[in-house]
Amino acid sequence: MWSSLRDLFSYPFMVNAFRAGTIVAIVSAAMGWFMVLRRQSFAGHTLSLVGFPGAAGAILLGLSSTLGYFAFCVGAAVIIGTAPRAATRASYRDESAVIGSVQAMALAMGFLFVSLYHGNLNGLTSLLFGSFLGITSGQVVALLVIAAGALIALGLIARPVLFASVDPEIAAAAGVPVRVLGIGFIVLLGVAVAETSQITGSLLVFALLVLPPATAHVITGRPLLGIAISVVIALVVTWVSLVIAYYTPYPTGAFITTLSFCTYVAARAARWASDRSRSRGAAVAPEVAS
Amino acid sequence: MRSNQETSGASSRGDVHEGVPRAAAEQRRENAVELREAEVRFGSRVLWSGVDLNLRAGSFAAVLGPNGVGKSTLLKVILGLQPLSSGRVAVLGAAAGRARGRIGYVPQRKSFDRSLRIRGLDVVRLGLEGSRWGIPVPGARGRRVKNAVAEAVSVVGAAGYAARPVGQLSGGEQQRLVVAQALVREPELLLLDEPLDNLDLANQGAIAALVQRICRERGVTVIMVAHDVNPILPYLDEVVYLAGHAAVAGTPRDVITTETLSMLYGAPVEVLRASDGRLVVVGAPEPPAVHSDRHVP
Repeated sequence: MWSSLRDLFSYPFMVNAFRAGTIVAIVSAAMGWFMVLRRQSFAGHTLSLVGFPGAAGAILLGLSSTLGYFAFCVGAAVIIGTAPRAATRASYRDESAVIGSVQAMALAMGFLFVSLYHGNLNGLTSLLFGSFLGITSGQVVALLVIAAGALIALGLIARPVLFASVDPEIAAAAGVPVRVLGIGFIVLLGVAVAETSQITGSLLVFALLVLPPATAHVITGRPLLGIAISVVIALVVTWVSLVIAYYTPYPTGAFITTLSFCTYVAARAARWASDRSRSRGAAVAPEVAS
Repeated sequence: MRSNQETSGASSRGDVHEGVPRAAAEQRRENAVELREAEVRFGSRVLWSGVDLNLRAGSFAAVLGPNGVGKSTLLKVILGLQPLSSGRVAVLGAAAGRARGRIGYVPQRKSFDRSLRIRGLDVVRLGLEGSRWGIPVPGARGRRVKNAVAEAVSVVGAAGYAARPVGQLSGGEQQRLVVAQALVREPELLLLDEPLDNLDLANQGAIAALVQRICRERGVTVIMVAHDVNPILPYLDEVVYLAGHAAVAGTPRDVITTETLSMLYGAPVEVLRASDGRLVVVGAPEPPAVHSDRHVP
């Protein structure tokens, strides 16, 4: 067992896959925790999908796909962030309509770009489902720099964003720039998604962005602990998936998603069971007292 | 043009005050909130105008009046979130908006989302930490924050459930935690917008008594917007009654009378006192609901 793991790490492409996977897991788990708290999963999902036409368009024009990912994800984040949104529910509805429109347009553009390119189908698969195993050391360094920047920025605005997410009205009265922070956060989310998509592909980035954070929210309401749990789940899932993928002919992304999903379902089931036993205990308690 | 004249008039009055600085300073300290000839209008529609108000520091005041008359807007003016179209406002001896850090504000609320798993304690902590940038560093400050949060939670009597997810608490429990969140900032002025809304009668009385205790023991000036004066009547020092685009302020005994309210509404209104001490205002014309903070869908 040990020697076969050593065997695994003797390949530079596996080492780079672990490095990239680790960076990507930490960034998306931390960003995702705030995204789930803010109920912006739909926005996050759209940002993920938008990377696909971005990258496809960039390849069509002969540019680097990285440029395409960032241009489209950050652009879409600005549109979604500046779309009408206030504290009231009515404008949440407006927001989801704007997001849905952006998503529909993005998918259509992606499809068009791919047909125009007449390229090989392999390229399309890696845009959508990622390519964990073809990462260069240069890409790892680039990932690390962007990830560090995004995490530092998130750390700086973390507490006001938490305040503005839990209670926008009181936060605004206390002098927190709610709207500006909302735009700042979603742009940051766009950066994280653009970065992660290059490794996981447009369809699977969302698995890392939503599943570990959603699981953490089920387990605890404490902010710092929740973010830590989210990061740990994402890391473990990514590492285990890379190892499994090494020994099987199947893609890493499929394992990442499956394992995250199983963790989420298990956490929900455990939460349901503990709530049920607690409420039953509460119902029984008066009888015991009498 | 008109507002220019108003402003210059206000500043010349300020100059007179500066002629006797000590007296002026004391005067300002005594009044937590002062409005002079205040007017709010949205476009051509005047919400209220000519409102004069002196609210003594340390008193418990209620803002009363029919729906859509601009009660919540009055709080927003005091917070500096809604500018006056004319007149002036001073809050805690400063211009409105400058004093925001010394004000605790509890907006009108529906309730926290049931699925929100953030603990009550963390909601209270946000009152102190939520407007700070950067990552919290463990240390002396962290312990001070923890103690302040625990104290605010115990003042409102929420210690028993503050560690539970706030979305799963009852309306009264959530209301106490939001009051604790405002208190943890150690405000000099507490603004509460319909905090008794959606609470059952027992909880209405309990929250009203709690707010009065905070007002008396901590010397916090409290302004509470209320739909119904009766649950808070025993605790109040002053009322501000808004109706017919104007306001009357004073003790409940002086303001909630047949004569005063008839004058305010510009229509015959009768104030009846039930045998249990409850006040009932009869015949008050409800204005057409052209503007109402309460009913935004």
